[in-house]
Amino acid sequence: MTAAPIGYGRQSNRLASGGLIDRSKTLHFTFDGKTYAGHPGDTLASALLANGVVLTARSFKYHRPRGILAAGSEEPNALVELRDGARREPNTKATVAELFDGLTATSQNRWPSLAFDLLSINSLFSPVFVAGFYYKTFMWPAALWEKLYEPLIRRAAGLGRASDDADPDTYEKATAFADVLVIGGGPAGLAAAQAAARTSARVILVDENAALGGRAVDDASEIAGNPAHEWVKMLEGELSRNPEVRILRRTTVFGSYDGGTYGALERVSDHLPHPAPGAPRQRLWRLVAKKVVLATGATERPIVFGGNDRPGVMLAGAVRTYVNRYGVVPGQRVVVFTNNDYGATTASDLVRAGADVVALVDSRPEISDHVYRITNETGVRLISNAAVTDALGKRHVTGADIRLGDGERIELACDLIAVSGGWNPNIQLTTHLGGKPVWNDRLHAFLPGAVPAGMSLAGAVAGDLTLAKSLAGGNAAGSAAADESGHKAIAVPVPTAIAESDAVTPLWRVIGYKGKAFVDQQNDVTEKDIALAEREGFRAVEHLKRYTTLGMATDQGRTANVNALAIMAELTGRTIPETGITVARPPYSPVALGALAGHHRGKSFKPTRLPPSYRWAKEQGCVFVETGLWLRPSYFPRPGERDWLETVTREVNTVRNAVGICDVSTLGKVDVQGAGAAAFLDNIYMNGLKTLTVGKCRYGGMLREDGILMDDGTVARLGENHFFITTTTANAVKVVQHMEYCAQWLWPELDVQIVSATEQWAQYAVAGPKSRALLQKIVDPAFDISDSGFPYLGVGEITVCGGIKARLFRLSFSGERAYEIGVPARYGDALIRRLMEAGEEFGACSYGTEALGVMRIEKGHISGPELNGTTTPQDVGLGGMVAKKKDFIGSVLGKRPGLVDPDRPSLVGFRPVDRSARLRSGAHFLARDARPEAANDEGYMTSVAYSPSSGHWVGLGLLRRGPERLGEIVRAYDPVRGADTLVEVVSPVFVDPEGGRVRG
Amino acid sequence: MRIACPHCGERSLDEFLYSGDATVKRPDFAGTTAMDDFVTYTFERTNPPGPHRELWYHAAGCHAWLVVTRNVSTHAVASVELARDVALAAKSATKDSAS
Ligand SMILES: [Zn+2]
Repeated sequence: MTAAPIGYGRQSNRLASGGLIDRSKTLHFTFDGKTYAGHPGDTLASALLANGVVLTARSFKYHRPRGILAAGSEEPNALVELRDGARREPNTKATVAELFDGLTATSQNRWPSLAFDLLSINSLFSPVFVAGFYYKTFMWPAALWEKLYEPLIRRAAGLGRASDDADPDTYEKATAFADVLVIGGGPAGLAAAQAAARTSARVILVDENAALGGRAVDDASEIAGNPAHEWVKMLEGELSRNPEVRILRRTTVFGSYDGGTYGALERVSDHLPHPAPGAPRQRLWRLVAKKVVLATGATERPIVFGGNDRPGVMLAGAVRTYVNRYGVVPGQRVVVFTNNDYGATTASDLVRAGADVVALVDSRPEISDHVYRITNETGVRLISNAAVTDALGKRHVTGADIRLGDGERIELACDLIAVSGGWNPNIQLTTHLGGKPVWNDRLHAFLPGAVPAGMSLAGAVAGDLTLAKSLAGGNAAGSAAADESGHKAIAVPVPTAIAESDAVTPLWRVIGYKGKAFVDQQNDVTEKDIALAEREGFRAVEHLKRYTTLGMATDQGRTANVNALAIMAELTGRTIPETGITVARPPYSPVALGALAGHHRGKSFKPTRLPPSYRWAKEQGCVFVETGLWLRPSYFPRPGERDWLETVTREVNTVRNAVGICDVSTLGKVDVQGAGAAAFLDNIYMNGLKTLTVGKCRYGGMLREDGILMDDGTVARLGENHFFITTTTANAVKVVQHMEYCAQWLWPELDVQIVSATEQWAQYAVAGPKSRALLQKIVDPAFDISDSGFPYLGVGEITVCGGIKARLFRLSFSGERAYEIGVPARYGDALIRRLMEAGEEFGACSYGTEALGVMRIEKGHISGPELNGTTTPQDVGLGGMVAKKKDFIGSVLGKRPGLVDPDRPSLVGFRPVDRSARLRSGAHFLARDARPEAANDEGYMTSVAYSPSSGHWVGLGLLRRGPERLGEIVRAYDPVRGADTLVEVVSPVFVDPEGGRVRG
Repeated sequence: MRIACPHCGERSLDEFLYSGDATVKRPDFAGTTAMDDFVTYTFERTNPPGPHRELWYHAAGCHAWLVVTRNVSTHAVASVELARDVALAAKSATKDSAS
């Protein structure tokens, strides 16, 4: 890498050799419509710099020209829209976007073009945009916010455009377990992974970048006498041959969670034009580890001076990364500005790469031997006790204004200012669980305080900023972590490295600059904004952040937060720890919602449960409806039927006059067994069940402990110690959970076992006057199902179709003679076909949830709309069922005065006075002459249906003192749909009020 | 957070449902102060920092109800017991002290 930069194609800033890019292949890409060339191994940022493109973005508030500041995920400026069409993604950091052939990128925040941005006029009005501008400027007419200000600000600010199309890619989730999780694949992380992996421990090594090596490779250091990248390659080989090691590259650990759990995002295909067939775009990892070695390194911080946001001002470490990793020299005439010893080594690298280092401006009056040695070797002009006050130029740096120790100013022409203000250890993952960082007076940086259980630190994040210490620390942490996870440590020699210096004397901001000096470049927060916040009293860190929006952008203020805190400390005359601390919340870097959703989108958002008759019903042209997870038959249209109402009416009439068949398998089914089962059920149902005899069913209701109805269903006693209960479809899971709670926690002394059997049984309702005749054709002759042998509410275990075991229940939801027949679920498809075949001679039809709903409303049975979490048994006409003497869940609180108040809205039926009128559920009841206002509300309509049996619409509803008001006319007032209908209060039972039909 | 179910071993938080305070005891329905007792039992909770005894349900696992002792300030789980065992022990303790 001694050769001077030569023109390489159009890549004028590319070195002829060196770096880890593959010059044998050329990749083409476009930026703002212009085509450029780069190489495999490049990022978009390195390729742009190679091509001499330095203006890459406009800033958020002032539309100032911006370039590339960093070389990693801390980049605040160089945000682009990557790709186009459905894959277009805004706010992508050019510094982490890997180059591929055909990549297209567009700059953001500029209009009409990057070089000529009309909105940069915002800069002239910058007093308007000072800290708190949102709060101050737009206080008046609030209505204008939505219509005017916000669209205007968004247009002007241009936060990038997301694609309007659906994301064509897939995302997946995965979980992995490790004895030792190493976060960070720099020298410390690699040394830790090596030491841990030499034991038998399961190791996961995660690194954010495509290539391992971290700063050791970025700085072209030597490890064990070899160039760092060769040592890294050797170690990678060792680790990848070990079957207990998993290396996750391009993976960012974004959050620490309890119990050794870490969230990570793997960018599986982001570096490709599009994912390979079957491959996801990204993968969300849940990593669970016994021990964690945190080796996340450090982020360099800028120094705040005038025009420090100009394209051509870069972090020193980033400059070294571009030179050493990518073979790109981002400038030909360079001023290095530093307050620490890293600046000198940066100058040295630049000289080696052939750049003209005009000066090393070091703010410290006392210069270390380390720095002198380098400046002597390289011949670089050292200007100590001095500071760059302003970067000169417009769209690009053309010079540096420098104030010397004696106050004199000089101007040096340059096209690159490399800045190093020291290093902030990347401690974010140590603070996610509440760990408070501590200030270190030697490094002038926050170091981790209390860390999450199981975590240890290695390398820069532990305060070891030199390579030798990083390697030793990583080695020790890796061994210890493996040992503590139960894998006996084996001594692994620590690789050697040349001594370095990490001395630093803080300089946060330069005084006496002329232009704008930025603290947070992504959110356009200036040094003056911080001063303003201080003057206005927003001195606490959290206030400062909210007032100025500092640190709140996609880079999480990684290059800004500590500088802001330090400046606030200077302004208020406090120390930095007195001023505040910087803590982070997950995620460490943005995570796409698509990755969090994974495969759970569209139809895969939730599972679809298919009832046993699904295939048969589909063959019939059934219309299905989603009820919870289930896809249930809704109605079965026949040729010639004009609409659903005609179909449903036909289905209802068939049940009332002949026989119909309905799949009721979705009802929750629970098998309850044990010597204590009867006593147990008596504890959880509001009605008495002890008297239920074997071979009988009973309707039952369950309350919550607060006295509100929870669920209803039937209880069948199959044996002395064997019950089979049903729940509503919606509450099947919740009821089992409740029963387990009661059995395990409240009454553990009762011998009872509970198991959900919902999916084990296919169950069909066979309803209508001809139901028994139909069943007689399939029930095996050994079983008597005559009315005397199998009366209403009977239950029996039988066989059907020549020996198939089945259960028969004589239950009715429709009000007709009816049965429910259950067979093991695998016979469900066969049974529906057999039932329909057997029913042909009786004119049987299949019916769905619509007809089911119509018939239950006609019979005044309650369902979901009445069991709505606010009703008591008394409210829905079940007050008589409630046991008076026994204890049961809800027995005491159900008697609260507010719940037994006779004034409560209670269940009654309604029919329109004008019989042709349609009813609507949700309509509120008002006395005939009452004004339509909330104070006069007397309840509401819960369920309505067109009743084929009555020939008009009917409804169920909760009306204040309803049962006392039969015959009264009230208004059903529905302002939402513009209806105001007179209705008569009637009994909720519209069909067969005596109930004779169910008994046959 | 991870919870070590006595039946299933250590599992991720999303297999479990939290279900409140495990220190309250369902009152006697026939007591003279039953209504007040049940109001307190059902509705009244304090929320002090530090260790809590909580009921959890292994919903996506063995369906066991668990008594988890957890520090709500740090989420550190100190112990996990089967709710049935805890409840039975409490009942026999009550019996012993009564006899
Ligand atoms: Zn379990």
